[in-house]
Amino acid sequence: LTASLIPIAIVLPPLLAALLITLLALRRPALARALLLAALLISVVASAAALWRCALGETLTYQFGGWPAPYGIVYGIDTLAALASLLITSIGLAATVYAGPSLAREAAGNEGAFLATSALLLSGMIGMVITADLFNLYVFLEIAAITAYTLIAAGGGTAALASFRYLLIGTVGASFYLLGLAYLFALTGTLNMSDMAARLPAFAAQPAVITAIAFIVTGFAVKMAVFPMHGWLPDAYTYAPTVATALIGALMTKVSAFALLRVLYGVAWPAVAPLDLPITSLLGWPAAIGVLVGSVMALAQTDVKRLLAYSSISHVGYIALGLAIGNSDALVGAVLHIVAHSLMKGCLFLIVGGVSYRFGIRVEEGFQHLARKMPVAMAAFVLCALSMMGIPPTIGFFSKWYLLLGALRAGEIGFVVILLVSTLLNAWYFFRLIERIYFGHEEEEGGRPATERELPPSMLGPIAVLASALIVVGTLSYPLADGLLRRPVDSFVGTLERSLEVTFEPSHEWGGRGTRERANVQTLERSLVWKQWSR
Amino acid sequence: MELMEARYEYWMTSGLILLGFYGLFVKRNLVKKLIGLNILQSAVILLFISLAMKSGGTVPILPHHPPHDHAPIVYASPLPHVLMLTAIVVMVATSGVAFALLILIHRRYGTLNEAQLLEQGP
Repeated sequence: LTASLIPIAIVLPPLLAALLITLLALRRPALARALLLAALLISVVASAAALWRCALGETLTYQFGGWPAPYGIVYGIDTLAALASLLITSIGLAATVYAGPSLAREAAGNEGAFLATSALLLSGMIGMVITADLFNLYVFLEIAAITAYTLIAAGGGTAALASFRYLLIGTVGASFYLLGLAYLFALTGTLNMSDMAARLPAFAAQPAVITAIAFIVTGFAVKMAVFPMHGWLPDAYTYAPTVATALIGALMTKVSAFALLRVLYGVAWPAVAPLDLPITSLLGWPAAIGVLVGSVMALAQTDVKRLLAYSSISHVGYIALGLAIGNSDALVGAVLHIVAHSLMKGCLFLIVGGVSYRFGIRVEEGFQHLARKMPVAMAAFVLCALSMMGIPPTIGFFSKWYLLLGALRAGEIGFVVILLVSTLLNAWYFFRLIERIYFGHEEEEGGRPATERELPPSMLGPIAVLASALIVVGTLSYPLADGLLRRPVDSFVGTLERSLEVTFEPSHEWGGRGTRERANVQTLERSLVWKQWSR
Repeated sequence: MELMEARYEYWMTSGLILLGFYGLFVKRNLVKKLIGLNILQSAVILLFISLAMKSGGTVPILPHHPPHDHAPIVYASPLPHVLMLTAIVVMVATSGVAFALLILIHRRYGTLNEAQLLEQGP
């Protein structure tokens, strides 16, 4: 596999598979899923190869039609893009393995169409993270979005209404992005990301730049379901079929967050940073409120799938918060949380889907003493729940740690408090479930103790793999964060990073308790000398 | 006022975008909401197309015989047109999916009026 072909080897297999599956499903539906599995396996391997090469300091590019960078469309894979595409393809692979028995129940007769659409969804999302062209990003964004609407609507009439609401809101978000892009294109005349990043600072003084950034950030915030633009999410996630919820709930909002990171910090930051826009408060406070609102609403739910949907709003808020704070630590935390939340929320949706596959229930009461009936799946549930709360050594702890570090170093104590409160709320609603699953009153089934009714292996396998990935990635989080993510993130914000000094001095106010120290986080805004102070 | 005359196409697109939002948020019928969405998308497409215009510009095709006076030929920029061709395809696909969804909704609920849909619940 030569380096120049890797980007194509990532995005092309699911795209081709989508076309072939539609034909194949007419004759041999059983082969359709095998084809998608094979295609995704190629993508996973190619993504892993790309990540390996990027970790060694390469950037992989592919030029369409041989046209060089600023004129033609190029794919550019750096460490972040490779990591994101590895995440997308692996979760897609897990969901496709799981889809066998699950789809036979939930989309009987339409498995081929469903699988073809989800293959298109995956290739759209992969395209969003590996493209280096801003208009190409829009096209892939819409491919992913339209297929997502279709997959959600596979859940029936109620789901169609939820999907239609999502379509209206999501298309407005995408149009906002396109509108912002029109401003940037009118100013610079280019669509290539790095070319735009180089040309844009010359126009930084024009108000059009600020308008464009406002439109683009709003557009992606709608796609991410950042509060108060989250209204479409709970219904869409609740009524969609399990596999669709797992794919969309795990990936769709996160890929948009990734695109926002790419456009805001990778493209616009050199022009935006000297303007001193209040991005931290304009994006940060809605995100922070969303963190709390999502958690509180999750507490009020009795339908577990809906509970997870609301908790998604809260956790997307974490990511948006990291992007809003925008220093090196917060951005590393945001990317880590993209990884963490995709893995754990994907796994949780698969587990809840498994419970309703087996027992036809989604309400909380139905989870009573489920640990005896489905020991492995429920152990995975506990693992995911611990990661959602942020308990080491799961990845959820480390992403939250970096986010907290970033908030602290930016001097945003309000955000720190909100992150901690949200952790408590997470613990509240997950321990409520865990207590029910493990220690609830045993329901006698006609006098007999409940018998084990574990999921079939093709559904249990992906759940177990995703759940153990939480621990594996968690243990590897230090090399992942500081070895892999720090460098690309610093290349975004490093040159004009707000220079911060953290000094620890004994507190005089709390005289009696001299042992405690107060973190005096002092912000020296944009001093030209950038201090590489961490580590 | 001067700005309005010089840049009337921007005011027109702004007006269209606002009209689209009016349809999206005020109208109760889901089909009308979708029409509002289409107006919004069209406005963005028109904005892109207006960026391509040059006064006195002609179609961007290289002539076989260069003009006799060797005057530079002014072209309209072809790039926004090509981009918007793609955007129109996206818009058509979105509308197609949306209409399919509307058919599903109508089958399930028997109405496309938002107020009545909310009454019926899930």
